[in-house]
Amino acid sequence: MSFSVKKDKHGVVVVGVDGQLIVGNRQELKQKVLDAVDGGGKKFVIDFTKTGYIDSSGLGVLVSLSKKIREQGGDLRLCGLNEDLQTLFELTKLDTLFAITRTPEEALTAF
Amino acid sequence: MTTALRLQVRRPAGGETELSLAVPSALEYVGPAVELIAVELPGGPLSARRIQFNFRTALAEALANAIAYGNRHDPDRLVQIRVEVGRDAVRLHVTDEGNGFNPADVPDPTRPDRLECEDGRGLFVLRHLVDQVAFNEKGNSVCLTLRAG
Repeated sequence: MSFSVKKDKHGVVVVGVDGQLIVGNRQELKQKVLDAVDGGGKKFVIDFTKTGYIDSSGLGVLVSLSKKIREQGGDLRLCGLNEDLQTLFELTKLDTLFAITRTPEEALTAF
Repeated sequence: MTTALRLQVRRPAGGETELSLAVPSALEYVGPAVELIAVELPGGPLSARRIQFNFRTALAEALANAIAYGNRHDPDRLVQIRVEVGRDAVRLHVTDEGNGFNPADVPDPTRPDRLECEDGRGLFVLRHLVDQVAFNEKGNSVCLTLRAG
């Protein structure tokens, strides 16, 4: 499991989650995103195309990051959720809290 | 991680396969423990997709809850995991050494006033991932049943 952080030509920070986002690695993701916020990042996409599963701690850290980014005047979007992960967001009603797109390209276009 | 996880597998002739694992009370063990068990889980009752998502997520939830809320990260306490693989279902038992809790006391995390809370979704998620969630009377052991499919 690992996280990749890239900035596109428009300054959008794209974070890829490879493997899983769970209680054991959520702080690592949080720190990477907060570092990017401190570095002036405003627009964020978290890409779950390569993510197998997310537990409730993982969901919680996304909620926390979303709040933090909004407080800084930024925007966080999610993309690439498989069918099971999409259902998880719908069950927990977190689909109402996040802008979710099918692909990273759609997320980037939506900014 | 300083303690090596040792998975025990019993495959009695004609009987249910049983996997068991003792996990120290530190959250860094959750991911490795889940993978160790999931990759050893014999195919049969659960589809690859249900093992990949439902089984792994449910085990991660139950184990993290047991470490954090049950054993309160106490390094002298262990969480015991036992998985029974039958023809009709997989039953996952997770037991901590804590004092237990009352599941009815956990508020609904989808309430508008709870939606932006960072924590409190574990039990709710668990109930949707598996077919049955049963706690013992004390509240320190949970049995999660995933029926075949």
